[in-house]
Amino acid sequence: MLVKNLLACASAALALALAAAPAAAQKKYDPGASDTEIKIGNTMPYSGPASAYGTIGKAEAAYFKKINDEGGINGRKINFITLDDAYSPPKTVEMVRRLVEQDEVLLVFQPLGTAANTAIHKYMNAKKVPQLFVATGATKWNDPQNFPWTMGWQPNYQTETTIYAKHILQTKPNAKIAVLYQNDDYGKDYLKGLKDGLGDKAKTMIVAEASYETSDPTVDSQIVQLQASGADVFVNITTPKFAAQAIRKVYDIGWKPVHYLNNVSQSVGSVLTPAGLDKSVGIISANYGKDPTEPEWDNDPQMLEWRAFMKKYYPDGNLTDTFNVYGYSVARTLVQVLKQCGDNLTRENVMKQAANLKNFDTGMSLPGIRINTSPKDFAPIEAVQLERFDGKGWVRFGNVISNDAQ
Amino acid sequence: MSAVAPVAASLSPGVSRHRLQWTALAVLLIAACALPFLVSNYRTFQFTLVLVYAIALLGLNILTGYNGQISLGHGAFYAIGAYVAAILMDRFGVPYWATVPIAGALCLVVGFLFGLPALRLEGHYLALATFALGVTMPQLLKNKALEHWTGGVQGIVIVKPDAPFGLKLSPDQWLYLFTLAITVLMFVVGWNLIRGRVGRALVAIRDHPIAASAMGIDTARYKSLAFGISAMYTGVAGSLGAIAIQFVAPDSFVIGLSIGLLTGIVIGGLASIPGALFGAFFIQFIPNIADQISKAAPWAIYGIFLIGFMFLMPMGINGAIRLGWARLRHRLSAQRKGG
Amino acid sequence: MEAFLHQLLGGLATGGIYASVALALVMIHQATHLLNFAQGEMAMFSTYIAWALINAGVPYWAAFFLTIAFAFLLGLAIQHFLMRNLRSTSVLQLVIVFIGLIVIFNSVAGWIFTYTIKDFPSPFPKGYLFGQKYLSPHELGAIGVTMVVLTLLWAFFRFTSLGLAMRAAAQNPVSSRLVGIRVAWMLALGWGLAAAIGAVAGMMVAPIVYLDPNMMAGILLYAFAAALIGGIDSPGGAVVGGFLVGVLENLLGAYVVGNELKLGVALVLIIGVLLVKPSGLFGSVQVTRV
Repeated sequence: MLVKNLLACASAALALALAAAPAAAQKKYDPGASDTEIKIGNTMPYSGPASAYGTIGKAEAAYFKKINDEGGINGRKINFITLDDAYSPPKTVEMVRRLVEQDEVLLVFQPLGTAANTAIHKYMNAKKVPQLFVATGATKWNDPQNFPWTMGWQPNYQTETTIYAKHILQTKPNAKIAVLYQNDDYGKDYLKGLKDGLGDKAKTMIVAEASYETSDPTVDSQIVQLQASGADVFVNITTPKFAAQAIRKVYDIGWKPVHYLNNVSQSVGSVLTPAGLDKSVGIISANYGKDPTEPEWDNDPQMLEWRAFMKKYYPDGNLTDTFNVYGYSVARTLVQVLKQCGDNLTRENVMKQAANLKNFDTGMSLPGIRINTSPKDFAPIEAVQLERFDGKGWVRFGNVISNDAQ
Repeated sequence: MSAVAPVAASLSPGVSRHRLQWTALAVLLIAACALPFLVSNYRTFQFTLVLVYAIALLGLNILTGYNGQISLGHGAFYAIGAYVAAILMDRFGVPYWATVPIAGALCLVVGFLFGLPALRLEGHYLALATFALGVTMPQLLKNKALEHWTGGVQGIVIVKPDAPFGLKLSPDQWLYLFTLAITVLMFVVGWNLIRGRVGRALVAIRDHPIAASAMGIDTARYKSLAFGISAMYTGVAGSLGAIAIQFVAPDSFVIGLSIGLLTGIVIGGLASIPGALFGAFFIQFIPNIADQISKAAPWAIYGIFLIGFMFLMPMGINGAIRLGWARLRHRLSAQRKGG
Repeated sequence: MEAFLHQLLGGLATGGIYASVALALVMIHQATHLLNFAQGEMAMFSTYIAWALINAGVPYWAAFFLTIAFAFLLGLAIQHFLMRNLRSTSVLQLVIVFIGLIVIFNSVAGWIFTYTIKDFPSPFPKGYLFGQKYLSPHELGAIGVTMVVLTLLWAFFRFTSLGLAMRAAAQNPVSSRLVGIRVAWMLALGWGLAAAIGAVAGMMVAPIVYLDPNMMAGILLYAFAAALIGGIDSPGGAVVGGFLVGVLENLLGAYVVGNELKLGVALVLIIGVLLVKPSGLFGSVQVTRV
């Protein structure tokens, strides 16, 4: 009798234990995550020479507020801690250390700037904290073997200019190419992509290169230099302010090259309108997201949703600035990753889920362009589509070109 | 109040200040040594940066505070020191502790050589020349010709050293103590320099250049020497800073750094050694505090801090402390006489 | 040859920008014997005010003159409430105050108006004049405006008793007071005029480089160099210096050292000139008593 009771108790206890074990294993937290909140860290240049990018951080913060208003992610509110690093790598190091060691965030999301991310690259991987969806197109973020805690998001710069190079080889094989580039990591990465894409012909086809510094008042002199080289193709690797100056000057001096403009500066609101819409006709660029000025998306439900979001949560934001679309899209990607994590909010699982995105549509992705990641592929977006400006908006042409094969 | 009187009575004016200063210094040193064990690694890292800036500010103070030569480009020497450390560590495998004196020596020479033509320039013109140096340095670092060494726009990543001899210290703690040792050394050397013949010559040249040369002081030599020594200090600071941050890139050494250093010595107190430390605290922590006060316009808050400090403490923090101390002593001695 | 001409004339265009800002620097120096680096940011801020007015529907020239008035009052206010109450006379302490002003104006402008670039209108007609493509109508007009301001400034200092009083107050405040000049008002007036000139410069510069809070940062360095090489006490020298720096920059960048090092080399050359002629090309030699 006693033995039977004991056995019954033991099996009941065992059953309870087995039942409880998965329940206990269900919720796992690393620093920064709890039942009620998820702490996300970020650094952005809200001041200094790159302050125009600060609007990305604001758009992201606004989106997280929207998510919180709607109940959060699996019931947890997002605590988005964003700090200004003034585009100075030592400041980035200090701020990221603060986020990781003092604020104890779960992950660092979208730190902006190639130099900034290079400065924290080893640290983040040594500390095993996700450096997720970095806001730079440099090629080195897709290296899961050596840096398993770092992941990019946008198509890298080299991919973009390689695609321009191939387009030039296809359409104008005898072209003489002039390049204007910003003299920093971003500019040089784009330039490398162009040269790699042209291959052996780079030396003969590129007849002029001119660089500029962000402290230069204008790039007018460089444009004149490039025109003087006799080039008939112009690859414009500039940030918004200088892109606008370059576009206007090219038109004003009567130079009519085939004009390729890098994706960073293709915003109609921030670049083409100040430059002059009539002066921007014919410019070719590449995009992977929906441009708010393209009439094609005027009644697109996702675009309408974005506009409503901007109106409610970021009313100061510019509705023609693609930076605000960018911030919205990356934020949505992060929310998807966190949703996929469920109750297992460990840093390891965050990276695992980030490497487990299948055909994810941020809502603002172009048709045919979806986010795909895997443990060997840390480049979420690898495809772009070429587009041409017709005076009113960007018109896409050709097929979606993917870098997956390369 | 009457309890103060016996204390004041036992301190005669000349000795009291001296003894008090030494006691204060000893307390400070002990506190500084104990710091890394009392606070987090992150704070230790921040305090390491404070020490780094203190060395740089002492260097700039020697030039601008004591010798009156304005420099708007000292960030360039900081950059040279940083890159020397990075290149030696990354490309040549030189141990970190050896890079510091090499950086200092190189900057001593470069600074001296820069000081030579700068002899002919004064005031605005010297400001422009040093400004030119500060502005051009990032360009030089990005230059294609030097890319092989400097890493160009990509910069150089270096690794923080572990504590030696298997000591149970984190890299942050060890680096802090290492930096502290060098800081103390540099401050002692600087203090001796200022107190001695060189320092007196520098100050004489600053205040009465013509009288100084009439008295037989070789102004040209001392002015160039001032440049060299101050560059050496800043170069040492740069190398330590690079090791602490573990990364150097041209973007880290823009003109804002030079302006920040100048701000540091004025806020801390021109022509004062403690001023270098106060200034270092200011330029390291006030921007963070400003950021917490206002997310919308943090640099406006920083600017208000700057202007406010100049209003309230035109002689810098050190000047304000000395003034306050003098007033306190005056009141104490008046009490003693009266009560 | 055409490219060379283009660079030369383009250099005059950017030189015009530097010249106009250099005038503001010279003005403030004439009045206070200080080089107020914050002139650039004050000019930028005034230009934003103009932009806001124009955006609100105010016609260009009304906004132009309202902005000048605003800038004048701003300069006056800063001198009267801030500078006058500073107890220090050391140059370095004042430099820190100027740095403080710079970051305040920059940060507030970014906060109120955001960092996205804005297009600023030009009062001059569109369409290149005389069939040439080197200088746009605005660039020509900006140079013209700079010349007008220069002439007014020169006439003010040369022919009016007020101008004389201002120069006296800056050079020797004690003696000036003895003669009955109200030094405090002279300083305030000087600040106001400098700010007003800066506002004009900003409104001429913005259509060329686009309006954003960091608009003046790069220009200020060139303007500083231009003012020094022309002679810090010579408005005409500042303008010549501006054109010189603009052309030098372009030619160095296109033909000599390339775009990366042109700033450094330009500054080295300017310093070289200053070593030979320390008071600048047109400045008067300062004699200090021992």
